[in-house]
Amino acid sequence: MTNIHSSAAEMAAALSKNETTSVELTKLHLDQISKVDGKVHAFLHVDTEGALAQAAEVDAKRASGEQISPLAGVPLALKDVLTQKGIPTTAGSKILEGWRPPYDSTVVSKLKAAGVVILGKTNMDEFAMGSSTENSAYGTTQNPWDLSRIPGGSGGGSAAALASFQAPLAIGSDTGGSIRQPAALTGTVGVKPTYGGVSRYGVIAYSSSLDQIGPCARTVLDTALLHEVIAGHDERDSTSINAPVPQVVAAAKKLDVKGMKIGVIKELNGAGFQAGVIERFNESLDLLVANGAEIVEVSCPNFEYALAAYYLIAPSEASSNLARFDSMRYGLRVGDDGKRGAEEVMSITREAGFGKEVKRRIILGTYALSSGYYDAFYGSAQKVRTLVKQDFDAAFQMADVLVSPVTPTTAFKIGEKSDDPVAMYLSDIATIPVNMAGIGGMSLPCGLAAEDGLPVGFQIMSPVMQDDRMYRVGATLEAALVSKWGKPILANVPDLGGK
Amino acid sequence: MTLDYAAAVEKYEPTLGLEVHVELNTKSKMFCSCATEFGAQPNTQTCPVCLGLPGALPVVNAKAIESTILIGLALNCSIAPYSRFARKNYFYPDMPKNFQTSQYDEPICVNGYLDVEIETDEGQKTFRVDIERVHMEEDTGKSLHVGGSTGRIHGAEYSLLDYNRAGIPLVEIVTRIVPGTGKYAPQVARAYVTELRDILRSLGVSDVKMEQGSLRCDANVSLAPVGSGKLGTRSETKNVNSLRSVERAVSGEIERQANRLENGERIIQETRHFLEESGATRPGRSKEQAEDYRYFPEPDLVPVTPDAKWIEELRTRIPEKPSLRRKRLQAEWNCPDKEMESLVNAELLDVVEETIKLGAEPTRARTWWLGEISRLANEKEVAPTSLVNAVQVAEVISLIVSGELTDKLARQVVEGVIAGEGSPAQVIEKRGLKVVSDDSALMSAIEAAIAAQPDTAERVRGGNIPAAGALIGAVMKATGGAADAAKVRELLLKHLGQG
Ligand SMILES: [Zn+2]
Repeated sequence: MTNIHSSAAEMAAALSKNETTSVELTKLHLDQISKVDGKVHAFLHVDTEGALAQAAEVDAKRASGEQISPLAGVPLALKDVLTQKGIPTTAGSKILEGWRPPYDSTVVSKLKAAGVVILGKTNMDEFAMGSSTENSAYGTTQNPWDLSRIPGGSGGGSAAALASFQAPLAIGSDTGGSIRQPAALTGTVGVKPTYGGVSRYGVIAYSSSLDQIGPCARTVLDTALLHEVIAGHDERDSTSINAPVPQVVAAAKKLDVKGMKIGVIKELNGAGFQAGVIERFNESLDLLVANGAEIVEVSCPNFEYALAAYYLIAPSEASSNLARFDSMRYGLRVGDDGKRGAEEVMSITREAGFGKEVKRRIILGTYALSSGYYDAFYGSAQKVRTLVKQDFDAAFQMADVLVSPVTPTTAFKIGEKSDDPVAMYLSDIATIPVNMAGIGGMSLPCGLAAEDGLPVGFQIMSPVMQDDRMYRVGATLEAALVSKWGKPILANVPDLGGK
Repeated sequence: MTLDYAAAVEKYEPTLGLEVHVELNTKSKMFCSCATEFGAQPNTQTCPVCLGLPGALPVVNAKAIESTILIGLALNCSIAPYSRFARKNYFYPDMPKNFQTSQYDEPICVNGYLDVEIETDEGQKTFRVDIERVHMEEDTGKSLHVGGSTGRIHGAEYSLLDYNRAGIPLVEIVTRIVPGTGKYAPQVARAYVTELRDILRSLGVSDVKMEQGSLRCDANVSLAPVGSGKLGTRSETKNVNSLRSVERAVSGEIERQANRLENGERIIQETRHFLEESGATRPGRSKEQAEDYRYFPEPDLVPVTPDAKWIEELRTRIPEKPSLRRKRLQAEWNCPDKEMESLVNAELLDVVEETIKLGAEPTRARTWWLGEISRLANEKEVAPTSLVNAVQVAEVISLIVSGELTDKLARQVVEGVIAGEGSPAQVIEKRGLKVVSDDSALMSAIEAAIAAQPDTAERVRGGNIPAAGALIGAVMKATGGAADAAKVRELLLKHLGQG
């Protein structure tokens, strides 16, 4: 019998065997949302009516014998960074309060076409800038493992929704780790596909050259199933890759890593990492060896500069991407008293509509792009980016996939780092290089840290458009871990009083 | 003391620089599929992309790239195998994204030239204008500032915005500085823009209508004392909406700057607006504090990398340079200068050439198009080519030459064709406009004329051939012009013993 604790694959199987209906499944999740989201605050908007209508439509199609896709009827939580026609879309910012997009993002179109039921929009750091959801203009999301802790960010809403069984599937966006870091901190699975693997059309841009949409779920297979729904070339996104989607579902079913070379990145496995994180990480390496993989150590000396370069490139692009929020055409407008000029209203609106971290990055980026500073800042950062890519290229000569812990620490307390932006930025030290190089990266849970009992994430990285490799390794490791534990990691998540 | 133009150029050496913006005539916009038709209802030709809505992404219009390469090739430029778009960041209400997507330091066409010929005191002289770059960009929307005295945004009560123009493909053609024109600077500027306009028209890539703004020229002018070898501070004159204005704007600016220098004032580097009525310029935005546009490569667009084979294929499509073609045709047709000028001004060169290619004799072809057809077109206030085509005119001319139509009848045939009565042959048939060539019918008319004027007939019999004119006139009158005058003359003289 399927319930909210089932995997998406199990739910899909039950639907196809007519053991349940999409309406029933959707109602179960809407119930869970109303029971627990008051505590978790994963959702910014729940589209009860729309979700039930979509579910009924899928059920009708199934009843009429129409061919439908594998995930049809399974509910999903959508990060509020993607446009969905007619549904409030804010990217976690006050400046977009009340805006209802007149168009669907490509990912939403694909989800709708596949019959995946969209429950609502999930919370995030404003414009995806942050690692904790504390930068959301609409309040912080709590980590279901410990409500006094952050769920990671920027996609903390999507990850927390999965970990508290409010949805079996979610969509995230990952610019420097916004899918993988929350996955790691909530014991869920999150994948950042190869840059260009999933269309960005309709994704409210933070840093266009780094942003990538990806699937989130509670198992590697579920993530793969969702990956194949949303991936593929889109003629509306010039940077989307025109090539066949890697066969990630087949890879996630392989459960075999014999003869594969796993490269451990020396620079991301030691100093600055919590002991319990390293311990779980090393245990996972042993499990991979036990399954026939070979471990090699690789060095990526330029990763040292990646974080600094990221904090020049991303804010530079953001300063330009966010210029359009000027109160003229949509969203918030403040101070338009009929006397003030356009420029003044723009200025007052931006002052009121943007949060502190967003302003910090706009100023940083504006400065980095200024004439006279461009070469030293933006220009140098691009050079580092090339070096990081070269490090990865060399490492992939020696290994099929690369691995590291996802984050230096487990989930920290709400408020702990909110006054120290640099400490916060360090949360993404292991995830950022992947975005800089445009390769694929996955986070899957590899256990609970001994010191705090909180989830630890294991990161697997694969070369451009070889996303299947990380799914293959991830699924094998997941199977070995679950068999060792005797139950999935989320069986340990506290009951939030939903029953 | 004030200097007039002649005195100004005696003392100061002008240096020119010209920037021409051309709206391409592609069916869709630069980065989206919206229509580009001129004069549509405001904001009816917009979409998420050209409105800069959150999440929307640009995709380059391939036709615009093709048109730009054609322009580059026609201007003897090299075509870059790799070029990129950049973002030019600044705030303005008619800029949907608050940045303009434009090529910057990596344009698609570079290092070309255009030779222009002008009339000098020493006869025809050629000036070479070096082209620095030809690049692609998008147009902005249009603002209409209502209320206030200046028509500018400051002081306006409110502003209306039309985004139909936002995203229309623009090509900017930038010359290097053009030194050494001396007093001919205004004529060189005009000749350059004229030649450029003709080239763009011959390529079919733009409507090149200066009055509608599909071709706009900014003229940079600076002065330095003659023989100093220096470059003065330049001003940039915008809003130059006709070829004549280009010439007037340059000479006006030369005079203004010379007088400032003469009075010991310095030239301010600034944008000036051309005033059509007075021919003077008024100051616009000062560029003393150069605006920092914070250019950086557009991360939403992949680089433009045209295939070398494609470029060579496009090269074969470059038509003969219009000025050379004019010279060639003028010689081939043995056409007087004045008439050639009229043909060019009336945009009849193509159709006359076509008419001649269809077998019409050049003088007749020119006369028909410039004469009767232009007269009718003027009456109806339409273009001559919208009334009849080359095939119809060539047919009429061939009927005149073969004697089947007189000029008078031919005019009636053309009228019929314009009235939609069919081809010339059909009109002749329907209206019964055949030349009367039946000798017996003519003979009775001739006999009647002789009977009516016996004295005249007697004079002709006596050898006074010119006297026959009165009799021929009478016959022509009697036949309503349907007779061939030469034939009448032949028969008449024969009848009176003078054949
Ligand atoms: Zn559009």
